[in-house]
Amino acid sequence: MTEKHPFVDIRHAQKAYGDLEVLKDINLTVERGEIVAIIGPSGSGKSTLLRAINDLDPLSSGEVILDGTQVNKTLPHRQYEKHINQMRQHIGMVFQHFNLFPHLTVRENVTMAPKLLKGISAAEADKLAEEQLAHVGLLERIDYYPSQLSGGQKQRVAIARALAMKPKLMLFDEATSALDPELVEEVNLVMKKLAEEHMTMIIVTHEMDFAASVCDRVIFMDGGVVVEEGPPSVVFKNPTQDRTKEFLRKHLSQYAESAN
Amino acid sequence: MGLDFSVVPSYADALLLGVLWTVAITVTSAILSFFGGILFAVIALYGPWLIRLPFRFFAWLFMGTPLLLQLFLIYFGLVELGIDLPAFVAGVIGLGLHFAVYNSELIQTAILAVDKGQMEAARTLGLSRTQALMRVVIPQAVRDVIPPIGNNMIALLKDSALVSVIGVSELTLSAQLAIGRTYRPFEFYAAAAVLYYIINLGMEAVLRRIERRTQLSR
Repeated sequence: MTEKHPFVDIRHAQKAYGDLEVLKDINLTVERGEIVAIIGPSGSGKSTLLRAINDLDPLSSGEVILDGTQVNKTLPHRQYEKHINQMRQHIGMVFQHFNLFPHLTVRENVTMAPKLLKGISAAEADKLAEEQLAHVGLLERIDYYPSQLSGGQKQRVAIARALAMKPKLMLFDEATSALDPELVEEVNLVMKKLAEEHMTMIIVTHEMDFAASVCDRVIFMDGGVVVEEGPPSVVFKNPTQDRTKEFLRKHLSQYAESAN
Repeated sequence: MGLDFSVVPSYADALLLGVLWTVAITVTSAILSFFGGILFAVIALYGPWLIRLPFRFFAWLFMGTPLLLQLFLIYFGLVELGIDLPAFVAGVIGLGLHFAVYNSELIQTAILAVDKGQMEAARTLGLSRTQALMRVVIPQAVRDVIPPIGNNMIALLKDSALVSVIGVSELTLSAQLAIGRTYRPFEFYAAAAVLYYIINLGMEAVLRRIERRTQLSR
């Protein structure tokens, strides 16, 4: 069944820092339940684009529309703040460096926002924390502090924290890049599980294997533009653009070397 | 004339009462300076300029002039404006505000040093800037400056002796009163010094406990 409008609709996204144009008229749509990987060399604008979706890095011009509502509306400051806080509740985000709140326990990390923003009771919050932590396999760490967790565990808590707000869309900004290699898999497994549950996800990643096995579509960005996009089978196996080929050659050869 | 410490015990009650007043004024001023320091830091960093500018002047006044003068101003000076404060209250306000300004400097630096990802993560969840500051950034900043704030609090304890000049009968004034009767300055000032040192040890123990309790949350 096709919807009237795309679930996520990015139109003419443009962003410049002074003379430096980091996003050049990007148009991108994502359907509900779709899992999209954004790949590309560093400095290609992929993280900037991801961070524009929840207006963490505001666009210079262009529109981001989520489920029929424009995220980056032009509103007077006060109204805009209200609007964006509301919108962000629907957009979960996971960062490269986890950004867990170190002064709060795992439980408090997960429940702070729902308690504060949805006014749920302490009992409901406890239930929510248990649910979400069981989901990422960390129920037994519920009363630990982040400093007592491994990197992989921290990232799984960060995912649980984002999911506790029951978002419609999840953004992953190189969620496994800061992890030791042996900890990457546990985070990937959680993300795969989300994929199986049909969460809509936009994933900025350097991990081609993960993108190939989990994502419905791969977007290759370079120099602030979308160079090529399509199903992973097409983009990885038969890229049509030279820039894509070159990028993949470097990355896939790195993979081949590290595999040996 | 040799030293004779045997006169000290008969003034034990007066000195202990002085200790109690010193502890009372130190603890009250410390609490005021702690919360005042957080408030001032937020004003200095995020307040509208209409508040921020007079605040800067106020901060400069408290950091750039002697505490003794500030106490005189609050206790004797304000009477002219019809504000007649009890000595204890004037002392707490003077000490509390003076150290609040110093604490505020520490907290400001710490707030700016909290990783930017913390604010981003909080905003991403839908928290407003104010909520993110209150729940995420400021608690971490305060946790980070507990040791230097502790040092300020020990300085506050020592400077609490200054309120003796506006007539709060804390430890220093109690010692002076005993000296006035016995003409034994060395004995009583030495006794007072020992008592200050003991209070100091107690404060350090409390501060260490607080530091230990925040260890895990780093």
